[in-house]
Amino acid sequence: MDPRSTALPTKEIKNTDPPLWVAWHQALASIRVRFVRQAVTCLGVALGIAFFASIQLLREAQAASAEPQDAARLKWLVATSLVMCLVGVTNSMLMSVAERYREIGTIKCLGASDGFIVKVFCIEAALLGLIGSVGGSLIGAGLMSIVLAIDGSSAGWEGFLKVVGLGTLVGVLMTIVAAIAPAIQAARMPAAAALRVEV
Amino acid sequence: MADVVVRTTNVVKVYGMGEAEVRALNGVSCEIYRGEYVSIMGPSGSGKSTLFNMIGGLDKPDEGSVFVNSVDIAQLTARELAFLRCHTIGYIFQTFNLITVRTALENVTLPMLFAGMQPDEADERGMMLLDLVGLQNRYHHRPNELSGGQQQRVAIARALANNPSIVLADEPTGNLDLRTGKEIIELLRRLNKEQGVTIISATHDLKMLDASDRIFHIRDGQLAKIETREELTLQVGSVQGED
Ligand SMILES: Nc1ncnc2c1ncn2[C@@H]1O[C@H](COP(=O)(O)OP(=O)(O)O)[C@@H](O)[C@H]1O
Ligand SMILES: [Mg+2]
Repeated sequence: MDPRSTALPTKEIKNTDPPLWVAWHQALASIRVRFVRQAVTCLGVALGIAFFASIQLLREAQAASAEPQDAARLKWLVATSLVMCLVGVTNSMLMSVAERYREIGTIKCLGASDGFIVKVFCIEAALLGLIGSVGGSLIGAGLMSIVLAIDGSSAGWEGFLKVVGLGTLVGVLMTIVAAIAPAIQAARMPAAAALRVEV
Repeated sequence: MADVVVRTTNVVKVYGMGEAEVRALNGVSCEIYRGEYVSIMGPSGSGKSTLFNMIGGLDKPDEGSVFVNSVDIAQLTARELAFLRCHTIGYIFQTFNLITVRTALENVTLPMLFAGMQPDEADERGMMLLDLVGLQNRYHHRPNELSGGQQQRVAIARALANNPSIVLADEPTGNLDLRTGKEIIELLRRLNKEQGVTIISATHDLKMLDASDRIFHIRDGQLAKIETREELTLQVGSVQGED
């Protein structure tokens, strides 16, 4: 006989996770209160994605006409911009988790599951990523459109929207990917260890 | 025989390895009964916080076992542990540890939401608890807008959120001035008497003695002596002298 079954009914334990809006409110509160810090993270994403979107728009505009050598160079630039952006975002997310170990430990004491903590960080990252990359794509693609227009060339509306869509998708995925590993690692830490971390 | 809420058997906790090895707890066995107010006294570094972590399910012992309501916490999965922390134990820390981005009321209701309570119901109970600790009119303030004593009151209300069997406090008056510390102790004692909450409080504050039913003296990771309230009253003179 399992002595645990009498004291802790397993049926209830399965329902420990609160509805998603609890994590959503926690993430929003965290963005609102740490506004400046989060805005800087957002700006980092925006800059990287703006660079990415501008090169991508150039590729769209030159898709038909460019020499193969030029096309290869642009691809290389796109890859570089993505790596730059990923490094920047990863750094921001690592910091954002590291400075909150104590908060994570405390929330665990209140009964949060590891999944809840990861959820909060993912929602936060997705929101920051969304704002940063929509803004960044619009700015990058917009500026490049102006430059192209001066040259008398254009990627067309379709190309513009395609680039903005792609930039947003890439930006959001990247921020979530960057946030998820440190968040899981922090969530799995024993609560006592998380509480001891001094920032 | 009184109802045992917490039982530890030969709990050992070792930090570090080889030369740097520290036996923070070195075979602690004790029983704590329902409705008791127990103080764990000992100098800094004697292992109070380590014992707090073990009883609270925040860390696992290297040897021995900790039973909370007859459940061996080493046997629990991560999710069952989260359930235990949510429903069975309330935590109070020396550094208050409120969630800085949430208001006083939100801090108190968060554990209730984790327990699956409806938001309206949680808000109502949250206000009731804030009222109980004398802070109802500050419910919308964030921790950095509250004094240390007020923050600790919020933390106490939060610890009571899900009607826990045990409230664990690690030096709850350690960051407070003398008078505020006394008020916090009186509040804890009142809750213990009126609500019947079991309180286990680590401290090196002699003022705490007066409130306690039993005092566990801990030295170098071992339980050196257990005093009851009756034994204590005989020595009140000397205690006041030391304060
Ligand atoms: N995470 C840890 N890593 C290494 N040593 C620790 C850790 N936690 C506590 N210790 C050591 O264990 C002993 C007991 O510490 P602690 O339980 O915090 O004492 P108290 O709370 O009574 O001041 C101390 O010697 C401390 O240095
Ligand atoms: Mg301590």
